[in-house]
Amino acid sequence: MTGIITIVVLVLAVITALQLMRVFELSSKARKQVEYEVTDRDNNYQGWLMLLFGIAMIVSLFWMLYAWLPLTLPKPASEHGVEIDSLFKISMWVIIAMFLLVQPILFYLAWRYRGAKDRKAAYYEHNNRLEFIWTIVPAIILAVLIIYGMTTWSNVMSPKNEKEPIVVEVYAQQFKWIIRYAGEDNKLGYANVRLIKDANVVGVDTLDLLSADDKVASEIHLPVGRPVLFRFRSQDVIHSAYMPHFRAQMNCVPGMTTQFQFTPSVTTADIRQDANVQAKVARINALRTEKGLESYAYDYLLLCNKVCGSGHFNMQMNIVVESEEEYAKWLAEQKTIAETL
Amino acid sequence: MADHAQEHAHDTAHAEGHDHDEHPVDNFWTKYIFSTDHKMIAKQFLITGMFMGLVGVFMSMLFRLQLAWPGESFPILETFLGKWAPDGVLDPNMYLALVTIHGTIMVFFVLTAGLSGTFSNLLIPLQIGARDMASGFLNMISYWFFAASSVVMLTSLFVETGPASGGWTVYPPLSALPQAMPGSGAGMTLWLVSMTLFVGGSLIGSLNYIVTVINLRTKGMTMTRLPLTIWAFLVTAILGVLSFPVLLSAALLLIFDRSMGTSFYLSDIMVAGELLSNQGGSPILYEHLFWFLGHPEVYIILLPALGITSEVIATNSRKPIFGYRAMIGSILAIAFLSFVVWGHHMFITGMNPFLGSVFTFTTLLIAIPSAVKAFNYITTLWKGNIQFTPAMLFSIALVSTFVAGGLTGIILGDSALDINVHDTYFVVAHFHIVMGLSAIFGMFAGVYHWFPKMYGRMMNKTMGYLHFWISFVTAYGVFFPMHFTGLAGLPRRYYSSAEFPIFDELHDINVIITFFAIGGGIAQVIFIFNFFYSMWRGPKAPQNPWRSNTLEWTAPVEHMHGNWPGAIPEVQRWPYDYSKPGYEEDFVPQNVPIKKGEHAH
Ligand code: HEM
Ligand SMILES: [Cu+2]
Ligand SMILES: [Cu+2]
Repeated sequence: MTGIITIVVLVLAVITALQLMRVFELSSKARKQVEYEVTDRDNNYQGWLMLLFGIAMIVSLFWMLYAWLPLTLPKPASEHGVEIDSLFKISMWVIIAMFLLVQPILFYLAWRYRGAKDRKAAYYEHNNRLEFIWTIVPAIILAVLIIYGMTTWSNVMSPKNEKEPIVVEVYAQQFKWIIRYAGEDNKLGYANVRLIKDANVVGVDTLDLLSADDKVASEIHLPVGRPVLFRFRSQDVIHSAYMPHFRAQMNCVPGMTTQFQFTPSVTTADIRQDANVQAKVARINALRTEKGLESYAYDYLLLCNKVCGSGHFNMQMNIVVESEEEYAKWLAEQKTIAETL
Repeated sequence: MADHAQEHAHDTAHAEGHDHDEHPVDNFWTKYIFSTDHKMIAKQFLITGMFMGLVGVFMSMLFRLQLAWPGESFPILETFLGKWAPDGVLDPNMYLALVTIHGTIMVFFVLTAGLSGTFSNLLIPLQIGARDMASGFLNMISYWFFAASSVVMLTSLFVETGPASGGWTVYPPLSALPQAMPGSGAGMTLWLVSMTLFVGGSLIGSLNYIVTVINLRTKGMTMTRLPLTIWAFLVTAILGVLSFPVLLSAALLLIFDRSMGTSFYLSDIMVAGELLSNQGGSPILYEHLFWFLGHPEVYIILLPALGITSEVIATNSRKPIFGYRAMIGSILAIAFLSFVVWGHHMFITGMNPFLGSVFTFTTLLIAIPSAVKAFNYITTLWKGNIQFTPAMLFSIALVSTFVAGGLTGIILGDSALDINVHDTYFVVAHFHIVMGLSAIFGMFAGVYHWFPKMYGRMMNKTMGYLHFWISFVTAYGVFFPMHFTGLAGLPRRYYSSAEFPIFDELHDINVIITFFAIGGGIAQVIFIFNFFYSMWRGPKAPQNPWRSNTLEWTAPVEHMHGNWPGAIPEVQRWPYDYSKPGYEEDFVPQNVPIKKGEHAH
């Protein structure tokens, strides 16, 4: 039945369209002019529409910034994150400024020089000075951004350590994360996928003495203010360990180890007191109560950000940042590999 | 075969300038199917590309439903996807499959073959003043490789385990191991076969374009009198010849890993509880090979659209394109740089941080020639006498999206910033605007502008306007908001964001995006209708409907083998003498001799 109705509607739609075309054609014939020719009236209309579009675009940009910027990630919870965010803000201002300069000019010119029969365009083919200016000016702006960006990048990727970083392994597999702490010696024992067996889920080499004190955990706890060196491995396909609140991300690639280091700077308890975060949580909980879902408390997250299969969209783990003491207490509760195997 | 030989002999006869009237009547097969005429092959590329485009856009509408209302039931999903959407709820594997095939189709089938295949074929011989491509036969073969690859890609939608699902970049090991996801089984094999055919066709086509532009230009058509379209097609073809073989090698090694037990990309893997014996390979090798093609590929998509825009904007501003030589220079600069930036897709794969800096540097450099192009387009409008044909509207839209999307590239190209936005919806917003929208708009501009040349009839302007405005508004409506979901940390290729309460408040944005996506998708019906209606019923095209300078408008409206009856016109000037002082008309075609005392460009 729905099938027949759909077909009837489609046929009617096509017939209507055909009739409409006839009307277009007849009316332009009546006006003694060919439909496809662009008239002054068309130019006028379209020119105004262009201007209107330009204005609407700028207005909606501001509206989106106003309405949706608060939905973006709150302040960074790591030391280097602050640096990244300030680079981000500056780059963002530059590109928004360029956007606000170039788009209005484009739509303004389209409107301003909309065609008319009695007008003639200028014959203006080039101007070396102008072209020089708009090669050089972007080059200078970009040079500044490049230098700033490269400095930030090398600070982030090759941090200078005053304290020895805690070594933590993040092991990815379809579709979950496993965490291994390096234990007393702060050195991870050798591990390989070939050694995975029963409870030995990350494949540590039990003969490697370094591994005895390693601890496997199902949550990430980090002490605030201490650098953490994450070492990433994967068991099956490429995953990506994405910790957006810390402005941190690194791929987990089977067959090799990658790493990323950062220093958490805000505890979970503290970030929950942040005004922006509280507003965010309030908004989210309002939505959730409406839908009858359990209420939500803000947590730092580890997400998978490289497509890895059907469960990719739900490969997550909480990260808890806490004081040194809380961390030490939590870690002491975790069993060592030697104890579990 | 006999037919081909005859066609071939015939083309040669043309080249020698024999009489054309005694052409044997084409039958259906030689005229529409096994044609070696560049104009017909262009139309074949266009129609195939349009069909693939409809499939690709339709897929995006399906998966947008899931993204706006995750887990809800839509009977339409079950109608089209059957067991992949039991009770109308999309299966996560099918979600990934749809995204993957959508991306693959849009990038390769629509905007590489559909765009550059159509317009390189149509315009290269007509605008440089040649009777046909250097090799009509190879040209035909190139289309048939493309057609075959399209068929294989579409077939892969129907295999039991579903089509390839690892994303359009098909990174191994995910794409190499059928145990890792169902789409990596037979679907992935078909994907690889299809892409191999595709690369074959694309290479043959590109070589033909290059040879034609270099060798078959008519008298007087020096390189600096070439329309910018031709420059763009030439450089695009060169990019293709240099980069597609690398994709092919990446695909071949993947085929070996999948079916012959090699370990180019595989090492130390246990998947679905099974330990694999592969050792010593590296998935990163694949990423390097892929992106060595992948980045030039985005310019393979974009440059033809920019070339088309240059032509359309100059013609309809009734003004010379501003900074012709700077435009050529920036095309060349972009092309060169596009080979040394691939690493910006791999900042967080664990590459040496120093390399990251190098790629940041080269990537941000590309912004300079791109900015020059944008400014030159804008200055071309200044003091123009703008004729708003639908093609012109789309070209202006292209400049707008090129700027809007290019600017966010400055964020993504910066390795330090990429750490946090890599693979989020910010990236999806960026590449759709700068590459997807710009190229699609360029393609529409091309179709509206050269439709009279292809079909000898005119498209309906009013419908063109309607199509343009709905498309332009919805396009921004779909992709602009994605910047914000990306900045909220939402990863791409997520079947649903509902597992993370933190993304709950993005729901409204996702609904808005989906409404725009559906609206924009449906608006394409207007275009399709206009296209076919005008093809059969549209008013007959005049000789030079847009009062344009380039040579194609001197060829007769009715198509003929060899393009021009009698001698090929000789080129006397550059293609952009619009509104030149000293001339009554506001255009001076390229074959009009320079007057005494006239200043040639
Ligand atoms: C109606 C128009 C379109 C809509 C609504 C749309 C929407 C989307 C969405 C939502 C995604 C998935 C993002 C993700 O989960 O990663 C996507 C992916 C993609 N789209 Fe589009 N798109 C459209 C047109 C285009 C065009 C014109 C292109 C041409 C370049 C394109 C190329 C791609 C590519 C390459 C991907 C990535 C696929 C992947 O992740 O493997 N799309 N699109
Ligand atoms: Cu994953
Ligand atoms: Cu790139």
